[in-house]
Amino acid sequence: MVEPPAGRAPSQTLPAGVGGSSGPAPPGAPVAAVRRGSGTGGGAKRGMAALFLAPALILLGALVVYPIFATIVASFQNRTGNEFVGLANYEELLTNHRTLVAIRNSIVWVAVVPATMTALGLVFAVLSERVTFQRAFKAAIFMPMAISLLAGGVIWRVMYEEAPERGVLNAAIRAATEVVRPPGEYTGAAPSEGMEGAGKGMALTAPVVAGGNYTLGLVALPPEQVPEDALQAVTPVPAADEVVGVVFRDFRPGGGGVRGAVDEGELGLPGMKVDLREADGDVAQSALSGEDGTFRIEDVAAGTYRLELSPANFREPFGGVQWLGPTLITPSIIVAYIWVWAGFAMMVLAAGLAALPREVLEAARVDGANEWQNFRRIIVPLLKPEMGVVFITLVIYALKIFDIVLVVAPEAVQDNANVIALEMWRTAFGARDQGLGAAVAVLLFLLVLPVMLLNLRKFRGERD
Amino acid sequence: MKIQRRYLRLAVLVAVLTLVASACSGDDDEGGAGQGTGSGTAAELQRVGGSMEVAAVWSGTEQANFRQVLDAFTTKTGTQVTYTSTGDEIATILRTRIQGSSPPDVAILPQPGLLRDLAAQGALKPIEDVAGQAVTANFAAHWKELGSVNGQLFGVFFKGANKSLGWYNVSAFRNAGVQAPRTFDELMTTARTLKDSGVTPYSIGGGAGWVLTDLFENIYLRQAGPEKYDQLSRHEIPWTDQSVKDALRTLGRLLSDRSMIAGDPTQVTFVQSVDAVFRTPPEAAIVFEGDFVPGSATQQATAGRDYDSFAFPAIGSSPASVVGGGDAVVMMKDTPQAKELVKFLASGEAAEIWAKLGGFSSPNKAVNPSVYPDDVTRKNATALAQAQVFKFDMSDLAPADFGGTPSRGEWALLQQFAANPSNVDGIAAELEAAAAASFR
Repeated sequence: MVEPPAGRAPSQTLPAGVGGSSGPAPPGAPVAAVRRGSGTGGGAKRGMAALFLAPALILLGALVVYPIFATIVASFQNRTGNEFVGLANYEELLTNHRTLVAIRNSIVWVAVVPATMTALGLVFAVLSERVTFQRAFKAAIFMPMAISLLAGGVIWRVMYEEAPERGVLNAAIRAATEVVRPPGEYTGAAPSEGMEGAGKGMALTAPVVAGGNYTLGLVALPPEQVPEDALQAVTPVPAADEVVGVVFRDFRPGGGGVRGAVDEGELGLPGMKVDLREADGDVAQSALSGEDGTFRIEDVAAGTYRLELSPANFREPFGGVQWLGPTLITPSIIVAYIWVWAGFAMMVLAAGLAALPREVLEAARVDGANEWQNFRRIIVPLLKPEMGVVFITLVIYALKIFDIVLVVAPEAVQDNANVIALEMWRTAFGARDQGLGAAVAVLLFLLVLPVMLLNLRKFRGERD
Repeated sequence: MKIQRRYLRLAVLVAVLTLVASACSGDDDEGGAGQGTGSGTAAELQRVGGSMEVAAVWSGTEQANFRQVLDAFTTKTGTQVTYTSTGDEIATILRTRIQGSSPPDVAILPQPGLLRDLAAQGALKPIEDVAGQAVTANFAAHWKELGSVNGQLFGVFFKGANKSLGWYNVSAFRNAGVQAPRTFDELMTTARTLKDSGVTPYSIGGGAGWVLTDLFENIYLRQAGPEKYDQLSRHEIPWTDQSVKDALRTLGRLLSDRSMIAGDPTQVTFVQSVDAVFRTPPEAAIVFEGDFVPGSATQQATAGRDYDSFAFPAIGSSPASVVGGGDAVVMMKDTPQAKELVKFLASGEAAEIWAKLGGFSSPNKAVNPSVYPDDVTRKNATALAQAQVFKFDMSDLAPADFGGTPSRGEWALLQQFAANPSNVDGIAAELEAAAAASFR
């Protein structure tokens, strides 16, 4: 039988300790036997036993039993703990929107994490038996457990950053999308005087005719975004059947100049695709602007047209998924948590798997069972005790989840990512409301208690 | 015999270590001796000798700089000073020490609320006789008021913080051909021009709630005026007051156009917001925050050449107003040493020692502005000392769960507002509900 890892917080060690000392535990048995055997030496032996037990009992009492009762008392007191307020804290607890979100999120954690992790651990454990580099595979899955949950959280926090320049997840998505949809060269540009259609294909507001000469100004372009070969913008001269014009950065470094007109120091924007659209919106002709921003569309029939800069010039690059936004935050944290803890489930189940009687599996194979039937009908039923341990341990851990939420969730969405243990800490130590914080702690204790008792009963059942 | 010899060796070792330690502290004293020359008013101090303890929140560089001030004091009075750094837990530590009847001689408190609480407990000694004259002569009236409880002077402000500043990237402003804006309307046109020049105008580190509360307070003080500011600080008017909604609308003008802000203003951290402006080329042109901004930047930048600052723009005809903070020196034991130190810290001379070292603004008018290390620091410190209206940071005056806790109260609600700046009435109502629950 594999023991679950040592407790990480008082709420776990606590009921185990209490149960151990009050139940019919083995240490009690020899004492009772001695008492029955001889009447004279019994008192001394009992004194001896008490002496040896005393340090543990005193520590348990001071560090576990006393804090529980102190917390329960504090949960009926006001924020500074100098006045009894009855059930007010519990009323607040169950009506406050923030704590309700915390309770809801904790339910999500308990519903998702233990089941996913047990299933994933089982898959990893079975697969790791088949792969060539078994040890390397197991080590890779187990590795994240070697770092603290806090450090793992920090890593994921950075990976989840929204800006693709910082967050590696969004950087990967951006790299993939840009292969399919390359961003425009002039993203972020805005129309200047006489232009319209910010963010899409920008067009001259006024209609154009053959023989005309037009200026298409753009603003909000950083100097670094203008290609290096760009030259001072000039206004070309048209022939009678031509539409000519200039696309330029309508901002003179240092300010000044007339909006909508080409000024000294304003650069042409080369490589801009210009569409001449007919009244019904169809593209009649297109042209590319030159180094000085000028373009020339020849053989234009009479009539009025619309002059538009193609939307492809301004296509935005992929902006990044809001992994840390209010909607995705809890799933994001759960993924990070599973990454850190997947190794635990795998190791426990792999150990169980290694101890399985091989004859049964081989007998099934001889009888013609395929791998899936083997897995479904033999491995899973035989691994049930181990799976139970993993599942229950993770239920407790999911209820107590705290540090990774604190680290991964940015301040602005902590209310959306809130869980019970985090709410307890923030209320008691952030907002300095001891009473309400203690009430949250008691709620957490009550939720963990039945799972703990179940766990204890299982252990005892197996020992008997 | 053998055991005795071992003890002997141990005793010798301890003695040697003690000697080395005292020799080191002796060096410290000499190191500070040369620093005590200033051009401001010198305090008349008596050589009282003896020893004393002073407690403050400063650690790291700030602690080292304050040590130099204390060393100058030791040179003048012969008093040995032990410095205790409390970190952020100064309230808890002082209360515990008071309960144990062993408070430090002098403490330096970062919040007027704590000063009021301790004075009401009777834990502070009045300092009217010690520093009253200096405070009246060298400080604007509002500083004296902040240090007084029921008309009795308990604290003198040694260090101040000016949180009414905008910081800008000099090359971005030069590129766009714009000047530092003086009014809010000028700020709007400046931002438009900056945007046209190709740089995002604002950087707002609203990932930290206090950045947004500071922004709100600056707008509120200018738009609603000092009287309303005081009333709202004490929660005498509700947060659903029209003045609050008006200030939120003005704040909304900054926040509503996301193309004018670099990044998501509810996610960008304070340090990221500063770096965005201090970086070359800049990601944004302007960031609003206090005089501690240059110290927070991780980018290398030089004051005046790479970055500069301007006073938070006036709204309507608002006078030169500063929202800020300050650290008040209070006396917790009535000893001659404590009196001399309070006297010293109230003088321009003491403030000048730290001012020279940088990262320090003094509200003391007797401080000679020429001692500040650069023009930008000088400008901001002078604005603090000369402000016609000075108001203490409102969120620092409020109960912690409303004005001082991440993801709670005002911090969280202003972040929600930044996410949805059109929801003025809804946020005002929620602010009022949170304030009503906290100001009990």
